[in-house]
This record gives sequence, structure tokens and C-alpha cells, in this order.
Amino acid sequence: MGESAPRKDAPAKVTGRAQFVDDLTLPEMLYGVTVRSTVARGRIQRIRFDPAFEWDECVIVRAEDIPGRNVVPLIADDQPCLAGQVVNHAEEPVLLIAHEDRHMAESARRRVKVEYERLPGVYSIDAALRADAGAPFKSYTVAKGNVEEGFRRAKWVVEGEYETGAQEQLYIEPQGVLAVASPREGVTVWGSMQCPYYVQRALAAVFGLPEEMIRVVQCETGGGFGGKEEYPSMIAAHAALLAWKSRRPVKIIYDRAEDIAATTKRHPSRTRHRTGVAPDGTLTAMEIDFTLDGGAYCTLSPVVLSRGTIHAGGPYRCDNVRISSRAVATNHPPHGAFRGFGAPQSIFAMERHMDRIAKTIGMDPAELRRRNFLRQGDTTATGQVIRERVELPALLERALAESRWEEKRRTFAVTNGNGNVRRGMGIAAFMHGAGFTGSGERHLRSQVAVEATAEGKARVLASSCEMGQGSKTVLCQIAAEALGTKLEDVEIAQPDTAEVPDSGPTVASRTSMVVGKLVESAARDLRRTLDQSGLLEGRTFSEACRELVKRRGGFKSWSRYQPPPGQWWDDDRYSGDAYGTYSWAVQVAEVAVDLVTYETSVTAFVSAQEVGRVLNPALAEGQVEGGVAQGIGLALYEKVVYDKGRVVNSQMTNYIMPAPGDLPPIRSIFLETPYEFGPGGAKGLGELPIDGPAPAILNAVEDATGAAVARIPMTPEDLLDALERTHE
Amino acid sequence: MSDQVELLLQVNGAARRVEAWPLERLLDVLRHGLGLKGTKEGCGEGECGSCVVIMDGKLVVSCLVPALEADGSSITTIEGLGGEAGLDSMQQAFVDEGAAQCGFCTPGMIMAANALCQGGRTMDHASIREGLAGNLCRCTGYMKILAAVRKAGGARP
Amino acid sequence: MRANVSRYDLRAPDGLTEALHLVSNGWKPLAGGTDLMVLLEAGKLAERRLAGLWKLDELRGIEVGDETITLGALTIFAELRHSPVVGLNLPLLASAAAEIGGVANQNRATLGGNLANASPAADAAPALLVYDAELEIVSLEGTRRVPYHQFHRGYKEMDLRAGELIARIHLPNGRGRWQGCWRKVATRAAQAITKVSLAAAARVEEGRIAEIRIAYGAVAPYPLRCHRMEAALRGAALPAQLPPFDELAPIDDFRSTARYRLKVARNLMETFLASLA
Ligand SMILES: Cc1cc2nc3c(=O)[nH]c(=O)nc-3n(C[C@H](O)[C@H](O)[C@H](O)COP(=O)(O)OP(=O)(O)OC[C@H]3O[C@@H](n4cnc5c(N)ncnc54)[C@H](O)[C@@H]3O)c2cc1C
Ligand code: FES
Ligand code: FES
Repeated sequence: MGESAPRKDAPAKVTGRAQFVDDLTLPEMLYGVTVRSTVARGRIQRIRFDPAFEWDECVIVRAEDIPGRNVVPLIADDQPCLAGQVVNHAEEPVLLIAHEDRHMAESARRRVKVEYERLPGVYSIDAALRADAGAPFKSYTVAKGNVEEGFRRAKWVVEGEYETGAQEQLYIEPQGVLAVASPREGVTVWGSMQCPYYVQRALAAVFGLPEEMIRVVQCETGGGFGGKEEYPSMIAAHAALLAWKSRRPVKIIYDRAEDIAATTKRHPSRTRHRTGVAPDGTLTAMEIDFTLDGGAYCTLSPVVLSRGTIHAGGPYRCDNVRISSRAVATNHPPHGAFRGFGAPQSIFAMERHMDRIAKTIGMDPAELRRRNFLRQGDTTATGQVIRERVELPALLERALAESRWEEKRRTFAVTNGNGNVRRGMGIAAFMHGAGFTGSGERHLRSQVAVEATAEGKARVLASSCEMGQGSKTVLCQIAAEALGTKLEDVEIAQPDTAEVPDSGPTVASRTSMVVGKLVESAARDLRRTLDQSGLLEGRTFSEACRELVKRRGGFKSWSRYQPPPGQWWDDDRYSGDAYGTYSWAVQVAEVAVDLVTYETSVTAFVSAQEVGRVLNPALAEGQVEGGVAQGIGLALYEKVVYDKGRVVNSQMTNYIMPAPGDLPPIRSIFLETPYEFGPGGAKGLGELPIDGPAPAILNAVEDATGAAVARIPMTPEDLLDALERTHE
Repeated sequence: MSDQVELLLQVNGAARRVEAWPLERLLDVLRHGLGLKGTKEGCGEGECGSCVVIMDGKLVVSCLVPALEADGSSITTIEGLGGEAGLDSMQQAFVDEGAAQCGFCTPGMIMAANALCQGGRTMDHASIREGLAGNLCRCTGYMKILAAVRKAGGARP
Repeated sequence: MRANVSRYDLRAPDGLTEALHLVSNGWKPLAGGTDLMVLLEAGKLAERRLAGLWKLDELRGIEVGDETITLGALTIFAELRHSPVVGLNLPLLASAAAEIGGVANQNRATLGGNLANASPAADAAPALLVYDAELEIVSLEGTRRVPYHQFHRGYKEMDLRAGELIARIHLPNGRGRWQGCWRKVATRAAQAITKVSLAAAARVEEGRIAEIRIAYGAVAPYPLRCHRMEAALRGAALPAQLPPFDELAPIDDFRSTARYRLKVARNLMETFLASLA
């Protein structure tokens, strides 16, 4: 480990042989489509089927056809699989149609007209917070020390309000599922997804079948970023319902417009900060109010809110903290998981606010952060004692040095007087908790197995999904090291609930750290068995495995999650060890702002992080570069435009993600401090890099132009407005 | 309503006959008609580049080419690269540099990169970025893709 | 895919006359398809019968005469972008061509399609307005010529009747010596739709603007030649004052705002005028 072993899946991917769900077909297969609501809130009055169409060629599924419960079960079980009488958001699924000719399926979809009695909707956080709107999905309060006392000790009290918009995951492979289903055989689905066991649970509820009768297979998945965490359960249920009724295989593949308009996005947020600052720049009190727009159904909002809340105070020490937060209901399509899971939103606010504080008190933004970094032995807002060494000061120094912070700031101070380009530098410092929050991992009780195969390989069995992040390769590397053998001797099963145990969802930067640890311990167990039975004497590893299988008729070693010793968490008071450990980072953005067009380009980017031991440097760099790219998108380009709850820019032409010409060279630096409870010392990495780019970039824009923008995405139009405000 | 037409195509060096609706997308002709699933659909609107193929020597987005207009043309898809002997130098560079993450953009990216390197231009990062402007990747941030194209491009005769 | 392709028909005639017969019978012309196929994908292509023009080689290519350069309507942007003749004599068009989507789009997108699609944001349009282009329009009845600045008449309304095709675009030779600028401002660096664009060219004599042409994209219902601005600047001494901007009528949409478009339009003009001085 610690080497950039080539990806296991690369050859299939570069030759086009890798099988994504839309590459599968089955004999007799039908194509499924979804009729969706065209209004954000309303009561269904009538459904008209164009009489000129040959409806007998179609299979149609309505809510009444659901054999089990009409629900996509998650946290609150409030989201129907198909709308019954009312719709609560635009693009809510109302009816399903399948046809053997995919062109005709589309024609059929267009010939169904659903009539609604429109009802008033809620389309903003402000409207949702008004007294007459419903209760929030969830709220939290985190409290530590005495905030009033802290404000009394402050020389300055700095306030700010910050907002972030929705963001589309925009995986390049749109969502899709292929299903077969019958009462006798049960349900089998193949799909693009992150969490096969979530899908299994959903299908069991929708069909009223025991979980053993539901088989879920993950196909090669063309990116997920959280977007394929919860929504695949919906599509799988739809495809399977059509298959159940038609007794034929059914495939549903979303087109891009449907995928953007209907599936989940990053939660829009608003954060208010009020911070007390002592004469020396240390923080004496932090009062934070954090609100997420959850959309029309609860889905994952409580856990996204939780992570956002816990990260809202940043990586800073402060004795007096109060954080109140809530996820409110609106009539937007439900917002959901997206890399970072609430943390990029609240960290954006915190890190922009740190620059506001620095400006207010006249301190260098790097110095302000340096003075306030958490240290070993400090407690976080939830009262968690940081037991490891915190490398933030070293990360800051490396990031400043690598970005030539001092020198560039001096140069820009001179050159910014001339011409039409203004340049600036900005920092963001942050941490990201790895794995599920609080008692989450304990409830999950993840399990993996490593087996010896008759072909003489060790085979990892886990439900963790490869979706580009390189988990297949990393888990095999971990197993190979624990087994004391070559990477070629290890393979990993494709996630298939009929074959692999539930190692938990592929989310929350938990795969390398949590699942990897389980793989390590199961692999060690297999190794021990090989050692103790003396099979390795005079045999290669591969021969020994073959022999083991021959003698015992197969061999699997299992391992199940054990919490690190001493970890405690109180769900009611929301205090304790929120995460087993944190990864830490400092990022520096350098920007150029064109005063003719108000366009901001990121001209250089440095990301310095401590993520424990780096298991595969090339993959780790890939994660950082990809995460930073999405963070740049979040900061400058990616805007979801709603009109009364409907997304109006649901094409790639109009929802703008960074193309090759929009991204700078991204430099990643890793400081390695092995983590005791991670496999080979590793911590989580996947989400960390997307937390910082947006605040670092907007801080840099303020450095360059003086314009303080508190909302992302910051388009050139927004910057023009802000510049005019600044110069008034 | 129209009738299907029979198209004659040279696909990856072999003559193929296939039935299609005249306005059907070349992308569907390749994937459904000919079973060549390596060409991917990411958007259907010409924006993402996952579906690009070489048609009569030129890179085109196959989701915007009507079937009838491809009749008689010669087409190279990702399946036509490398062959039995192994990977072509661009594919190999993508493997070596870790330029494929989820792999969905990869076939299109490799086709576009090959088209770009054909001209024998000097390939600095700026010109690669320009040449790949029509290919979106959500996983990599493009860094490793640029490195791969530079490596393979430099190795071209 | 939001459409049923089996309900559409496409023919690919080999010759212009046959194509004109189809078009005069109501068949919608389809050139590179980079606009129409996107409409089809979105389920918004109303016309069910399409006449493919791709095989009409007589409408393709670049011809250079002493006085004029003639571009076939079917010429693709990849060719315009790389043509040395265009680069030298019609540099603004060459620059615009290089920015019309990515390489794969430029290999199919045609000049005629860009004009006939009549988007206010069409990127070839401002350059053609600046070059005083003339369109040669054909039908079964014959051929007529329309100065391009009179072609667009309203949002997606143009001087193109049923049964007509744009055959060629005629441009004056020798404008390459004017001082020009093309600047496209879009939603990202490349492969993006224009929010505002400027093509302008001037002939400067003895510190004065002797002649000038100005055209903007995406600030009006159609690509806009700014005659009043030109009149204000003709004969002006350098450095010149900003001309009036009352011809521009930008709108708010989900891509940008009227305020931004107008402000950037002014800034672009300021930059251009400064470059002349
Ligand atoms: C990914 C992508 C990026 C793009 N980027 C840009 C960009 O940056 N800038 C830009 O300006 N455009 C852009 N476009 C739009 C498009 O590529 C151009 O407008 C192109 O020039 C259209 O030409 P075409 O031959 O493909 O037109 P088609 O789609 O074939 O036709 C367009 C219209 O013109 C009509 N038509 C075509 N030829 C003729 C003719 N000879 N006579 C009469 N009518 C005719 C058709 O009936 C139709 O109404 C982009 C498109 C895509 C898919
Ligand atoms: S699928 Fe053709 S460009 Fe995206
Ligand atoms: S590797 Fe996933 S989109 Fe490029």
C-alpha cells in the first residue's frame, strides 16, 4: 500500500467494455417511462389517456397497483413511490408506462395528460419559516459553554449571512435500472447506484416481500457523488413494478433532462453567524443559525442537516458555541445527498465569515485562522475531545508556501492598479468527519467477508460500490497487504445482495476507512487460517488458497464493525464524539477577475490535506482534483434555476459545469499522520476536497476586487451587482 | 410516419448493414442496431461528448447525427481502437495516468483525444484543454486526462 | 429522448433541385442538425418531414474572388476556422467559428444553419453583419440576394420564405486590413451559449475613424447591427467617446440579466475603442 497501483477497472473502461446499466438488455424487455407532475403542488383531478393511442400495447402502473406499501422508505417514510391524490413537487412520479418499442414508450408518455387543481406552494426558506408553514423535517441545537458570557468578553461582534444554492450532481451517466419481477421468483434489479442494500429495503417494502426475495446488483456506475444514494430506490421500484405487472423485464433509463429536473440535488442553505472576537483575534463566542431547504419530502434531510450542523463551527476552538439548525419543507423536488452532505454549505458560511472577521479587526486572514485552529486536547462544538495531533498549522504553512501566498499578495497589490484584470488570493481551512455521524456506524453494523476461491484468489465480498472513486482497487490493496500477497492475487466481487454482505452504503467517505478496516481484519483472518493450517509452506499464495478450498469445500472469513474504544455519543443532546476521526485541510485559491466581463477564473489551486495514511496516491489525487473541480463549479458556475418549484435549466447546455478550459492546475499535498483505527492508518477523503473551494474562491475575489459576495454560485452577473454596491 | 431504411456503414473496418429510422440518432444505430455499447449517451444534446465517434475521418457527436446522413460513411468507435494486440497508446496512457475514474466519459474522451492528436500539433495543456472543450468529465477535474493526452500525444509519430 | 423518431421522415436528396422540390413542399431543411437534433431530443421539433442538405456539395466550400469571398451555406465551422483565406480576410468570422461549440460540433455545424436558426446569440452573425454580408437565397423560382443586415426582422423572424434555402453568403474581400475585434462572453470559457458578444471593425485614418461596423449578439431579439452607433463614431477623432447604446434591447433570462448584458456591451465597446487609439 501507499503505492499508486493501477486501477483494477481501468482496462474495461478504456476499451468501452465496462457494462453500465444501459448496456444491458434482456429478451422480451420493455422500456419504461415515468409520467410526472407538471405542477409543484396540486390535487390530481383527472388523468386523460389520448383515445387515439393504442394503449393495449402498453403496461400502465398506478399507485393502486403497488402490492406492498406505497413508499420509498428512508428516514421518515413520507415519500410515495407514485403520487396518490396529491403531488407535492414538480416532476413527482404519477404513473408508469412500459412498451416494447422505446420510441412508442415515449409517444405514450406524451399522450397522458394529468389535470390538477393547483394548490399554493412554498418555494423559499423564508416562506417555509413563516409561522403558518408546516413543521421542519428536523432541527438540532448544539450548545457548549455560555455564549452570552463569550459576547461580553468580545471586543468585536461580527455578524454575517451566507447562502448557497442547489447543485446538481451531474454524474455523466444518467440514472437507470433494469428489473425482472414476479410473485414466485421475487424481484431482481440491476442498476447504477451507491447503496444496493437501501434499494433492497425499499423494494421489500414496495412489494411486501421478505428481503431474501429481493436481489439487487450494482452495475458499473458512471459517477454518483451522492446523487445515486437514495434516488435509485425510486427508479428500481418503478422498473420492478412495471416488470411485476407485465411479467417481462423492464428497463428505465432517464434522459438528461429528466435526471436534472426530477432527481435530488444539494440542499440550498442559509447560515447566519454572530461571532465574538477578543482583542488578540481569538474567538470568544459563536452563534450560528443554519437552515436547509429540504424539498417536498424528508428523504435524507435530517442526516444532511446533522453533518452541516456539526461542521458549522469550522476547525476552530471556541469555548462558547450555540448552533441552531433546521431542515424545512418546501415544494421543490426533494434535495438529497451530494458529496460533502451539508458540510460544504455550512463551511462556506464559516470560511467566508472568517474573512469578514479578519477584515473587521484588521488581521491577515491566515493569521486569524492560525490563532484559532483547534489543537490536540481541545473540544469541538459537540464536546468531542480531539485526541489526535491536529496538523492544521503545518497544512496552512504548506499551502501558503506552495501557493506563494506572501509573494503573490505583494505582487497583486501593485499590479491590480493597472488594466482590466484584478488578481487575488483566498484561503479556506476546514475539517471533515469521516464515516457516519454519531452512533450511525454502530447502527449500521457493517459486515464484509474475504473468501478463498477455487481459482486460487482471495475475493473481497462487500456491498460498497465502485463509482469512479477507486474503491475496488483500494479495498483489494488493503486485502493484499493484510494477506501478505500480491495485488493480482486479490479480486473483489461486484456488489450483488445475493452474494455480498451489507458493508453499508457507499457514502460519507466511509469506504476506505470503515469498510477498508473490515476488509483488513477479514483478510488477516484468512491469512491466519492459511498460516495455521501450514498451507503456505512450499506453496504460492494462490496454490494455498486453492488447497484450502479443496480441503474445506470453500472458506470465508467475516468481520463486523466494532466502534473504536471510548467513542460516545448522545443523540438527544447532540453531543459527544460526532465522528471517530476527522480529516483536515487548507486550500488556497488564486483568481483573476476580468473587469470587462466580471468573469472570475481560478488560475491556481492548492489543496493541502491530512487524511491519515494515503493508500493509493494516484487515486487520492484523483479524488482531490475531482472534488476541487466540483467545488469550483459550486462557487462560480452551477446554478439551478427554479420557476415555481420547477427546474427550468434541465439541460447540460443550460446547467453549466466546468469544462476542461475552466479549471486551473490543481496541486494536492498530503501530510500523512496514520490513524490508529483506519486500515493501514487511512482516514476518509472522498468528500473533504469539495468543502473549501467555494469560500477560498470568494475570499480571493474579495481580495482582488473588494467585493464581498456572500452567496454561491457567484455568477458574473452577481459580481457586477456586488461591485456596484461596493463602489457606491 | 416513415419506413425504416437500410444503411450500409463501414464500422471499425467491417461493412455492416443495419435498419434504422431515417432520423434515428447515429448513437442509437451504433448501440441498439449494431450492439456497440462502448459509445455512451450522457446528454443527447451534443453537450457532453460521451457519444463522440469518428465519421469519415472527423470527430462528430453521434447523438446529433441522423442515421440517414451516416449512410455510406466509415465510422470508428471505441471498439475499433487497439484490437487483439491490446490497447492503443491513448488507452494505455489513460490507464497509466489514472485518467479514467467512473469511466463513463472515457470512451468519448479517448476518441476526442485521438482525433486531437492526429494533426501532430504540439500539445501543451492549453491546446489540449481547447481540443477537449466538448468533452465533460465530472470525476477527474481533467488533470489526469490532460496528462494522459500529453503523454500519448507526445508518443505519436 | 423526448420524441418518437419513427414518426419523423428524413430524405437526403443528391441535388439542389430535388432538395428545393422537397422544401417547396413543406419539408424542413436540415443541414448539420446541431440545432434541429437538439430540438428533436427535447421533443420540440414540430416539423415531421425533413430534407437533409448534407449531400449538396454545390452549397459547400470557400471561393475567393478579387472583390468578394463566397461561402457555401453548408460550409462547416471547422473549415472556416482553419481556412487561411478566411483567417486572413475575414478574421472575425474565423475567430467566431473557433468558438462555436467544441471540435465535434464544429465538424457538423454549418454557417447557413447558424443564420437560419436565427438565434439572437448565433455566433457567426455579428461577424457577418460587420462584413456587410449578402445572402444568396434560392428557390424553385430562382435566386435573390438579401443584405444580411436586413435578413433578421424579429425574434426568429427572417426574410426567408417557404420553399427557400440559403445557398451562399457573399462577403467583400479586403476587410482583413481593418482593425477588428470579436469577443464572445458566455457562461463558461468554451462550449457555451453567448450571453453577449461583439464584433466590430474600423478603418482608422490619421487618428480618425474613417469607417466602422458594429454588431452585437444576444442583446436584442436578433443579431443586431448598430447603425446609430456607427453613425455616431464615423469621423470621430481618437480616443473616441462611447456612442449611444439605445439600439440595444437586452432581456433578463435564466442565462443572464439585461443589466449585465448592457453593462458588458458598453465595456466591450470601450475596450474596442481603446484598442483603436
Ligand atoms: C453542443 C453545441 C454547442 C453549440 N455551440 C454554439 C455556439 O457556441 N455558438 C453558436 O452560434 N451556436 C452553437 N450551437 C448551435 C449550432 O451548432 C449552430 O447554430 C449551427 O451553426 C447550426 O447549423 P446546423 O447546420 O447544424 O443547423 P441545423 O440544425 O441543420 O439547422 C438549423 C436551422 O437552420 C435551418 N437551415 C439549415 N440550413 C439551411 C439553409 N441552407 N437554408 C435555410 N435554412 C437552413 C434549419 O431548417 C433549421 O431551422 C451549438 C450547438 C451544440 C449542439
Ligand atoms: S450524448 Fe451526445 S454529446 Fe452527450
Ligand atoms: S471519469 Fe467519470 S465522468 Fe469522467
